[in-house]
Amino acid sequence: MEDFIRLFLNVEVMLRTWPLLKQGLWMTAQLCAVVIGLGLVGGLFLSFLAMAKSRWLRWPAFVVIDVLRAVPPLVLLIFIYSGLPFAGLDISPFAAVAVAFFLNNSAYYAEIYRAGIQSIPAGQTEAARATGLTSAQAMAYVVLPQAVRNVLPDLLSNTVEVVKLTSLASVVSLAELLYSANMARSLTYNSSPLVMAALIYLAFLWPLVRLVSRYQRKLAV
Amino acid sequence: MDGLDRFLNTFFNGAIFARYLPDMLAGVWVTIWLAAAVIALGLTLGLLLACLRSYGNRVVNLCIIVFADLGRALPPLVLILIMYFGLPGLGVRLSGPLVLILVLGFVLAAFAEEIFWAGLTSVARGQWEAGRATGLGFTQTLIHVALPQAIRLAIPPLVNRVLAISKMTALGSVIGVSEILAVASTAQSFTGSAAPLTMGAIAYVIVFLPLVILTRILEHRYAWKV
Amino acid sequence: MTRPMLELVGLNKRFGDLTVLHDIHLRVGQGELVFVIGPSGSGKSTMLRCCNRLEEPTSGSVLIDGADITACSPRALNKMRLNLGMVFQGFHLYPHMDAVGNVMLAQVKALGRSKDEARARALEMLDRVGLRHKSDAMPSALSGGQQQRVAIARALALDPKVMLFDEPTSALDPELVGSVLAVMKDLRTSGMTMLVVSHEMGFAREAADRVIFMDGGVIVEEGQPEAIFTNPQAERTRAFLSRVRG
Ligand SMILES: Nc1ncnc2c1ncn2[C@@H]1O[C@H](COP(=O)(O)OP(=O)(O)O)[C@@H](O)[C@H]1O
Ligand SMILES: [Mg+2]
Repeated sequence: MEDFIRLFLNVEVMLRTWPLLKQGLWMTAQLCAVVIGLGLVGGLFLSFLAMAKSRWLRWPAFVVIDVLRAVPPLVLLIFIYSGLPFAGLDISPFAAVAVAFFLNNSAYYAEIYRAGIQSIPAGQTEAARATGLTSAQAMAYVVLPQAVRNVLPDLLSNTVEVVKLTSLASVVSLAELLYSANMARSLTYNSSPLVMAALIYLAFLWPLVRLVSRYQRKLAV
Repeated sequence: MDGLDRFLNTFFNGAIFARYLPDMLAGVWVTIWLAAAVIALGLTLGLLLACLRSYGNRVVNLCIIVFADLGRALPPLVLILIMYFGLPGLGVRLSGPLVLILVLGFVLAAFAEEIFWAGLTSVARGQWEAGRATGLGFTQTLIHVALPQAIRLAIPPLVNRVLAISKMTALGSVIGVSEILAVASTAQSFTGSAAPLTMGAIAYVIVFLPLVILTRILEHRYAWKV
Repeated sequence: MTRPMLELVGLNKRFGDLTVLHDIHLRVGQGELVFVIGPSGSGKSTMLRCCNRLEEPTSGSVLIDGADITACSPRALNKMRLNLGMVFQGFHLYPHMDAVGNVMLAQVKALGRSKDEARARALEMLDRVGLRHKSDAMPSALSGGQQQRVAIARALALDPKVMLFDEPTSALDPELVGSVLAVMKDLRTSGMTMLVVSHEMGFAREAADRVIFMDGGVIVEEGQPEAIFTNPQAERTRAFLSRVRG
């Protein structure tokens, strides 16, 4: 028990390594902002393609979405980070992570948007068009706001996944929270920094996870 | 060599593909059985916890909820690193595959518990009453009346989650489990070519695309008209 | 009166501050059909649900063929409930089982019959409600009237001593009501003891031994169907009947 506290819950080690983790946390925050922001926009774009009238837009969009859903994000990240330099494209770890997770998350966000938009009855669009709105206006002012509200729990839950996903950036040595914590662990020969990182993730994500559960009480019959 | 040739040679080098095919097949096999173990552990535990939760014992339910929240809020890689690098300090040395199966299994259990529970709470109250009114006990009604309906409701979201978590077996490469990604990375550093990475990505698509397609099929939702 | 098969003694039910049943006394003799009417919210459903403890009575007791269901252990309760068949307004068939499966489940799991025995009995009961040919149908493939008859067969297959009906035809399209009432009349003829909550006054005139009028959680008035319908004593009964008749 004493060993456990010394190795995992060592306050002294935690305090000592906190500055390092704080820097990591800042990097994680930047990463989240970029990946979530790009993903939300890219996903919306991809969902429009997937619902396009022309099958020449629709089918490629589904292929892209499904391939992105079949490939683990870590594989995509390694492919971009280690593979692109072979094609003569040198890419920073941050850019590699941003691109990889942007692609991965666009696919997930796209599926959520699509489910939301398709849950809105056609009568809504018709009513909007009948009052003189263009189809883009009908989408922007009538359909999308309702759609987003319907799938808010899923958007939220996917956003939690994105935050967790950024921890994979540690694999390509981007100094985000988990990388810093693991670095601190190897410097101190003590696992407390990793536990502290876990607690930091929890502090941010537990409330969101509770919120998701609260919204998502029932499954559609 | 012109640009396209160089590109193909770098990413789709046939000779390298052929040389590493056996290794890659071994990696595919490891990925598949790791995923199978994770799914078996996660779904069984998740289902048990959801059933346990329906008995409504406050203390038990609080524990289940905390477990499910932790499993959903913590990045799996954090848990993997803590178990793989931290536990040996206490004299507990677990192999890479075991750590991976335990962590991902628990994470899947956390999600599965929430999904099964949402399914159980979606079963109409009248179904429970019909069961109890015909003399079935609580457990009998749970097993024969509520659970089959709950599981059916749970399948589409569950398959999505199973897919997402099975893919995380790629995290094994970080702790020396020789699954697809680890094989590809090793081969890449030996050959100095990106071709093994392409090969790895293709292998993942082949392994997981069937699951993706399954989610598409389930999307055209079957439902009981009641 | 014949031997009482179902007896409510001083039954009270409160939901928080709301008193839904107030000191209900009711005896249903063997083979008797007692018909319960009353405005929505008067406590009819709650009274039926207290009989098999889907709703826990606040006080008072319910005797089934002399045995007190309100005083038994959870395990004994499951056995006691076999004596009370219940038919719900919303049918509540199990959507994942076919008709015969619905009728078999409790026979096997609660009564301990073998599968063969249960199946034979289920087919017999489906035959009795005129649905033998639908034994393999899933509930979603049955009309409301057919679903309700399967639900009646599900209850009958357990050989109950008393059948409770809570507005069995209220959720049905008018043209489907007749088939369910026909099954209930047949049951009545065969001597089943029945407590029926319903708005089918025609059925009450034809088949009921007694009619009970409930309002505000109390039994306001009871008597022969003809007496209640043509010459109600209480003002509340009169008001209710004139409203129902329109
Ligand atoms: N579970 C419950 N919790 C609180 N109030 C209830 C509950 N069930 C029924 N009630 C109330 O009890 C009263 C009687 O309901 P009910 O027995 O369903 O009446 P009826 O079947 O005669 O229409 C109503 O006022 C109803 O709102
Ligand atoms: Mg009622």
